[in-house]
Amino acid sequence: MMKKRTVCLIAAAALAFGMASAWAQAPAKEGGETGTPAAIDHSQMDHSRMGHGGVDHGSMQGGPPPPDARDPHAYSGGYARGPLHLADEHSTGSLLVDRFESVSARDNTSTEYELQASYGRLYDRAVLKAEGEIDGGKLHDARTELLWGHAVGAYWDAQLGVRHDSGVKPERNWLAFGIQGLAPYWFEIDATAYVGEQGRTALRFAGEYELLLTQKLILQPRLEANYYGKSDDARERGAGLSDAVAGVRLRYEIRREFAPYVGIEWAGKYGGTADHARAAGERTRESRLVAGLRFWF
Amino acid sequence: MKRILEPVVVLPNMPRRRFLQGLATGGVLLGLSPWLKPAEAQYVATATGTAPVLSGTEFDLTIAETPVNFTGRPRMATTINGSIPAPTLRWRVGDTVTLRVHNRLREDSSIHWHGILLPYQMDGVPGISFNGIPPGESFTYRFKVQQSGTYWYHSHSGMQEQTGMYGAIVIDPPGRDPIRADREYIVQFSDWTDENPHHVLAKLRKQSDYYNFNQPTVAGFFRDAKAMGVSAAFEMRKMWNEMRMNPTDLADISGYTYTYLTNGVTPASNWTGLFRPGEKVRLRFINGSAMTFLDVRIPGLKMTVVQADGQNVEPVTVDEIRMGVAETYDVIVQPKDETYTIFAQSMDRTGFARATLAPRAGMQAVVPALDKPEPLAMEDMMGDMTSSLRARHAHTEYGPSVDMRVDTPRTNLDDPGIGLRDNGRRVLTYADLHTVGGPLDKRGPGREIELHLTGNMERYTWSFDGLEFGKSTPVHFRHNERLRVIFANDTMMTHPMHMHGMWKELENPDGKFQVRKHTLNVQPAQRVSFLVTADALGRWAWHCHLMFHMDAGMFREVVVA
Repeated sequence: MMKKRTVCLIAAAALAFGMASAWAQAPAKEGGETGTPAAIDHSQMDHSRMGHGGVDHGSMQGGPPPPDARDPHAYSGGYARGPLHLADEHSTGSLLVDRFESVSARDNTSTEYELQASYGRLYDRAVLKAEGEIDGGKLHDARTELLWGHAVGAYWDAQLGVRHDSGVKPERNWLAFGIQGLAPYWFEIDATAYVGEQGRTALRFAGEYELLLTQKLILQPRLEANYYGKSDDARERGAGLSDAVAGVRLRYEIRREFAPYVGIEWAGKYGGTADHARAAGERTRESRLVAGLRFWF
Repeated sequence: MKRILEPVVVLPNMPRRRFLQGLATGGVLLGLSPWLKPAEAQYVATATGTAPVLSGTEFDLTIAETPVNFTGRPRMATTINGSIPAPTLRWRVGDTVTLRVHNRLREDSSIHWHGILLPYQMDGVPGISFNGIPPGESFTYRFKVQQSGTYWYHSHSGMQEQTGMYGAIVIDPPGRDPIRADREYIVQFSDWTDENPHHVLAKLRKQSDYYNFNQPTVAGFFRDAKAMGVSAAFEMRKMWNEMRMNPTDLADISGYTYTYLTNGVTPASNWTGLFRPGEKVRLRFINGSAMTFLDVRIPGLKMTVVQADGQNVEPVTVDEIRMGVAETYDVIVQPKDETYTIFAQSMDRTGFARATLAPRAGMQAVVPALDKPEPLAMEDMMGDMTSSLRARHAHTEYGPSVDMRVDTPRTNLDDPGIGLRDNGRRVLTYADLHTVGGPLDKRGPGREIELHLTGNMERYTWSFDGLEFGKSTPVHFRHNERLRVIFANDTMMTHPMHMHGMWKELENPDGKFQVRKHTLNVQPAQRVSFLVTADALGRWAWHCHLMFHMDAGMFREVVVA
């Protein structure tokens, strides 16, 4: 397990590095053509150990256009297109329920969900993200985000919107700004920064990887971590790293869209959040068994 | 569904309406549920197998939904005159043909005459050449036939070319055909899915490798490590994974959903063409698939290629031909007193179309096993690193629509392509094709335009120069100019590029004329150039003939003015 976790942590570090420069390098040019978040992109990766006779394919992906790049409209002669419209101008919708699972810890069993729905065109989409825990028939803790996603690179979308925390504790609202996409080596990354009422700030990071054992049996390591800028006693959150979960799920894709899984994960509470947990007589570290269903349509 | 051919060289001319009576003999469906009842009572089922032949100068073609059953599950197809393939249209050079097309679907339709030179208003592309044919209405196409050879026709609306709307066009040359044969057959391949093609595209948009069950796995890594050593296997994985590219992405849609058809019948139904031993048999191969490159061979028989895309070529004898979608090849074979399998495996090796050539009905030969799929090679990603030729990328290739660019594309035309390299068979390449008589226009190019074939597999978007059709502007050709077009493929897929209305005269890497085509395969990381004479006034479509790539936006309008 240590090995996989290391991989995830590397991804986390790459992302933290990437996020910083992504903002710096994603200029909002007219017409929706923007640069790729360079630091997470291939072009900035270390090729010194590529082992392909010094082959550097660093310029093959992303990056800024050179000054002498061709004008793709140079051949138009001033003519405009006719009335034909193809699928690139159509909107589509999707729903992925990545986790819908029963979570068994030593002394409790609850239900958790994590889903993402989106609707829109290729490069601009409305995105709904929801994650939560249902315990004892009650929505215990839930995070729901509604975002506008805009493509900023071949593999990356920037997202801007709102987040709402609900459940048994007082509700919280946040503005959200994040990036979601695919890092080199196929790491799926979702990282968002939040600004809430009363000067609250937060960061959330989630990373996933898919390791194909066979064409249908897929091992999926997953890491999620939350960080808060200041403590929020009403929601039992301390400042700093608040909680992290690392897990691995093994799913079998009966169809691509329909895959039951089992898994194990390790959850930890840290800092002030851990203090709150201890005060409430809860564990700060626990291992959990999960069993659930991943599905999409 | 099985229809055995009468051993005739050319089917007799059938009165235009007689085909209606013959339909019930093919593709009869039993136990149809009521909701599958066809809208048109006259078509009780779809006729499959050798298509009826219509000839003359006046044609009535009716587009309607008719039921088919290729997999055990009944489905509705969109068909022309109730058959798959649609009737073979037999024209003569110099005739003016009139084709009245009646749309009895519940959606707009159209017919495009692929590769045929005609006035642009007759070209059949809704939104470019005309408004399309609304439900219940008709459109009359009329044009003078100027060329001979093997061509085909298909719908250019919605997803109808996936669901059954394709047929052959055979145009006899004036006088004696320089290609001599004792017998001929049309062998038209296609791909069929029971899924709604709109759902197929929606799935690809959500998960672009949905249909690929040949992905690199952990188990595969250990196999590679055993074969090439741990560090080489690791480096290879590292390179592909670092770039977020998949070396097994050989076809977007596989045999997972496709059934590959020959003349509208499944491999199990085994379309059969009969011959007398020693005869010269001309096979007119047409790849009428929506999405599938097919590698065609007839084990035990050499094929002499005599025509490509309707244009006679200097004969070249090969074992195997990779057929891009929409390409046609005419070959001559001379079978002995034996039975042969026509074997057309998909480029990703997930399925095949099959037919039989036999001296007597009911015989069949061994069907070869599918080859092992071969992962893409370095040259399919990097091009030719030693080349001094630099691609000139458009500034729109640096945004979200493009997942990779090739700076030093390769120009080799003698590459048969992935999966066919060094397979021990003599495989046709474009370097083997020489159109008889040379170029139609001896002028050199007055100017040059460069267009890049681009895409982003993760987002499942396809484009020219990183601009999907909706963001593009037309390409303007000046009337009667001769110009050079350079295509550079910045993707890792092969694209069969089709320009309507005008020929593409492919050049070899030294700039010499090679072959005249309507559909040109451009391999991954490859750069090709061809000359065009812009003698066809009007507005034309120019696109990748992989249907979902076209629909996703790999499409330009050409204005000749």
